[in-house]
Amino acid sequence: MKVLVPVKRVVDYNVKVRVKSDQTGVDIANVKMSMNPFDEIAVEEATRLKEKGVVTEIVAVSCGVAQCQETLRTAMAIGADRAILVETQEELQPLAVAKLLKALVDKEQPQLVILGKQAIDDDANQTGQMLAALLDWPQATFASKLELADGKATVTREVDGGLETVALALPAVVTTDLRLNEPRYVTLPNIMKAKKKPLDTVKPEDLGVDVKPRLKTLKVTEPPARKAGVKVADVAELVDKLKNEAKVV
Amino acid sequence: MAILVVAEHDNAQLRGSTLNTITAAQRLGGEVHVLVAGSGVAGAVQAAAQVAGVAKVLAADGAPLAEGLAENVAAQVLAVAQGYSHILFPATAYGKNVAPRVAAKLDVAQVSDIIGIESADTFERPIYAGNAVATVQSSDPVKVITVRTTAFDAAGATGGSAAVENVQAVGDSGKSSFVGREVAKTDRPELTAAKVVVSGGRGMGSAENFKLLEPLADKLGAAMGASRAAVDAGYAPNDWQVGQTGKIVAPQLYIAVGISGAIQHLAGMKDSKVIVAINKDPEAPIFGVADYGLVADLFTAVPELTNAL
Repeated sequence: MKVLVPVKRVVDYNVKVRVKSDQTGVDIANVKMSMNPFDEIAVEEATRLKEKGVVTEIVAVSCGVAQCQETLRTAMAIGADRAILVETQEELQPLAVAKLLKALVDKEQPQLVILGKQAIDDDANQTGQMLAALLDWPQATFASKLELADGKATVTREVDGGLETVALALPAVVTTDLRLNEPRYVTLPNIMKAKKKPLDTVKPEDLGVDVKPRLKTLKVTEPPARKAGVKVADVAELVDKLKNEAKVV
Repeated sequence: MAILVVAEHDNAQLRGSTLNTITAAQRLGGEVHVLVAGSGVAGAVQAAAQVAGVAKVLAADGAPLAEGLAENVAAQVLAVAQGYSHILFPATAYGKNVAPRVAAKLDVAQVSDIIGIESADTFERPIYAGNAVATVQSSDPVKVITVRTTAFDAAGATGGSAAVENVQAVGDSGKSSFVGREVAKTDRPELTAAKVVVSGGRGMGSAENFKLLEPLADKLGAAMGASRAAVDAGYAPNDWQVGQTGKIVAPQLYIAVGISGAIQHLAGMKDSKVIVAINKDPEAPIFGVADYGLVADLFTAVPELTNAL
């Protein structure tokens, strides 16, 4: 079974971004970029399925600037067999990415697409569901457990209040949540091997997809800052403040 | 112009998130309709009809809608979508699951997790774990939106008398099926709607120690939360996670115990009215957002606080 794993290059999760003073966006010049952590979980899951013999080939895909090649190399160091970069300088929004991925799915014919539930830059949480809709495939979002057998995916999902399990007829789209697995550290030999794996580059126009943004960002601002409060000496002072100053208990 | 709110409910009742979403819909300035899609939905439909400011309730009652499967619910929304300028969902696990399917089928962008409405086509939404706020304008004919429930007050649950229209329920997609659900039984309030939240972090040390927070939560009538570190370590269940990728909460009082305050956690609770932090590390970033910080060993401070309240 072939699996497609879309991965996004984002500002590393440890970086605290700064809003540009002209309010056009956040400053991402010279900050560390990494694979979106949820997508890393997706690559790891696909790799484990391959190690179990359920999956035969893993194709990693990234959409964006040329530097996304680094993200794809990381995916191949974890375990992807080959990679496709859809290269563009255009700002890509989730609907455009879903359309690009649909075009690649039509070409590659995977039985499963597994990707992160959200990217930690735009926090949109849309791409997987949109892709499933465009393909008319079933979906399981926020997965914490995935089993493939008999042409079916059985997926446990993290939902409000607990866990839910659904069964999907393959082909299907699965989006990952944090508890699905803990991605491995990539080793130097695997990084070296990944450099030799095939990486193809295509353009959105090759796929016949219009990626023009539908949402216009008018401005990006700092959220209202929260003032640091006071340190209290002991529990008695804390209780006094909560009762008489904040009046919340 | 009419606005459609897709209700989150358990067939018998509306979930609180629906009321917040209705308030956001009312700000857009059109007639507000609510779609209740489920199976045996009479209770939830009646509740929706009583919500203040709702003009019409669309009731779709059918077995394929019973468990809220995304494929079927999205198809139901699309079946009634004609004529609406905006389609709103709560930004909960339910709404996030379904809304993008609807947007993609309509070939429109989705605006996720809005926290403010500037006009009928311009919205504020947090990005980068809430470290920035983007103001975005949609040029699409239909706006598909998920609403951050903590950013909008709940609409009044009574006072309305909306007309109810039964609509044809969609058939089953045949591509997905519901297997089961494990829902934790609790007498505590729902985390995202609680007035008080008591949260524990890695500093709790173990699942056993995490129970130390229960008497405090009981005394305050609080919901219990946790940081990602505590959930990953198995101290607390996953649906307690507060943060960028977990639950977003904004209670009157948030008590963070043994939580250092990673930006991803702060993203989920920094809009709380009053924040209390108890941590033995005086340098912990949580103190940077706490109204009241207590540098202390939580194992003595928490029981002491519980007794003093």
